[in-house]
Amino acid sequence: MKRIQTNNRILMWIDERLPIFSYAEENLASYPTPKNLNYWWNYGSLAGIVLAIMIVTGIFLAMNYQPHADVAFQSVERIVRDVNYGWLLRNLHSNGASMFFIVVYIHMFRGLYFGSYKAPRELLWMVGITIYVLMMATAFMGYVLPWGQMSFWGATVITNLFTAIPVIGEYIVIWVWGGFSVDAPTINRFFVWHYLLPMILFMVVVIHLWALHVNKSSNPLGIEVKSSADMIPFHPFYTIKDMYGLGIFMIVYMYFVFFAPDFFGEPDNYIPANPMVTPPHIVPEWYFLPFYAILRAIPDKLGGVAAMGMAIVILYVLPWLDTSKVRVATYRPIYKQLFWIFVVNIILLGWLGQKPAEGTYLIMSRLSTAYYFIFFLILPLVGKFEKTKQLPVSIFEEVAKKHRAKEDK
Amino acid sequence: MSDTSDTASTGTTADEIESAPRRDFLLISTTTLGLAGVGMAAWPFIYSINPAKDVLALSSTEVDLSAIEEGQAITVMWRGKPVFIRHRTEDDIASAASVDLSELRDPETDKERVKKPKWLIAIGICTHLGCIPSGQKLGDKKGDFGGWFCPCHGSHYDTSGRIRKGPAPFNLPVPEHAFTDETSILIG
Repeated sequence: MKRIQTNNRILMWIDERLPIFSYAEENLASYPTPKNLNYWWNYGSLAGIVLAIMIVTGIFLAMNYQPHADVAFQSVERIVRDVNYGWLLRNLHSNGASMFFIVVYIHMFRGLYFGSYKAPRELLWMVGITIYVLMMATAFMGYVLPWGQMSFWGATVITNLFTAIPVIGEYIVIWVWGGFSVDAPTINRFFVWHYLLPMILFMVVVIHLWALHVNKSSNPLGIEVKSSADMIPFHPFYTIKDMYGLGIFMIVYMYFVFFAPDFFGEPDNYIPANPMVTPPHIVPEWYFLPFYAILRAIPDKLGGVAAMGMAIVILYVLPWLDTSKVRVATYRPIYKQLFWIFVVNIILLGWLGQKPAEGTYLIMSRLSTAYYFIFFLILPLVGKFEKTKQLPVSIFEEVAKKHRAKEDK
Repeated sequence: MSDTSDTASTGTTADEIESAPRRDFLLISTTTLGLAGVGMAAWPFIYSINPAKDVLALSSTEVDLSAIEEGQAITVMWRGKPVFIRHRTEDDIASAASVDLSELRDPETDKERVKKPKWLIAIGICTHLGCIPSGQKLGDKKGDFGGWFCPCHGSHYDTSGRIRKGPAPFNLPVPEHAFTDETSILIG
């Protein structure tokens, strides 16, 4: 690591013993970044910021929340009505969850389109998928905490997935519940996990960044950085670009917080949990809908759960399924089409996930589920037979060409 | 940059020199605005852990005094703290009123501390380190001045709840209170 030089003796004293300033300089300021990153590269830092917002709002909510089945619902209502700015904290947190998933889904699709998961960034991708899995677990348990009807029955349905496991399934679900149904012990432990997992998630994010900073960012051309002419320092170029993106994002986020705080929620969750009555129409939160559709598409309990699990596990092996040497979809005519169909298909799955699982919907769900897996499974063949386009020579050259074209206009 | 021609590079340098104060202005104003924004965003978080509305709604306590005989005392809970209410005897009142202010560590007349001489209302927390003094029940130690005695470090309070002896620095505080009628009070 290159050490910073400054006339400030206090900074130097600290830096010689604990090089935080040198480290920050190297990783945040002079950190070399491809000069051609577009706005799709904003979503990583954006996800980090949303995570920070979620942790801070969560800590302050936890100061007033009561993880007990008898009072959890009232304690959330108390936060909204009586706690100073409690309504704001709650809306920031509940809508923040949706924002987090939007940002992370875009981040993942970015990786998928631009082949960010390919060598030498396979572990970076896999660590990212782990973050995603932790996010899903955390979000699920967080949704249980307000202890409304959707919380309760969501918890019941999702934990019952374990019963699909042969022989030991029944025991596992009782173990998870700490009782014979979702009840007081369940909400207590879910609260603990909901508080703990984000801390673990945060550490995994640090590993994600660590892995990122070894091989540095990929770029929209998908070609390797060849010289310093291909790079610019992270600060001020990308700090300012990230902040600009953050400003736009905040407008959207705050729109929901202030003007449509219940947009992503289900009205049924304002009915206190009742173990005797299931709401007529149960849907998970929107970010789980595609996987929910896959679950219901399979006409077999174990099969459905297995398919849903596989839908996520397959993401871990994606770097080895995609055999193409070319990273970016722009230069891969067949993959590009498959990718966009995949995107549309995910949205379709999400839409199907909130429809009843019957008739045409069921058939569509099955076709959609089939495509979800086909997309991944034919990647080895696509990589082998696809005729890719000519890759540009260098990032620098390509940026200069664009610049000249603009000047000529 | 390697590819910029001579004219372009001199142009850039001149621009840089000219734009330096402008850059400083932009940097400082952006940072200021950013910090102001962060500060404003931090306020709801800081303020959220203040007493909530339901806590404030419970912050006054109404007490019926009619059942308290002369010489008796009761302890009521107000804002999570014990409040001593003593129905003082004539002797209590006389001894509290007759004290010379120069003897007191925290000089206050008895008149300043009560609304009606018969009733002393004080927060029952020793001003030394927060123990609850004894002297509420008939058999309790009341200290050398007939008021209260703190068992933790031996502070003596008189019949007006004033500190007379021991380590405590201040009198037992009198909470804000008002008589709603002859025999009931509202504390807080």
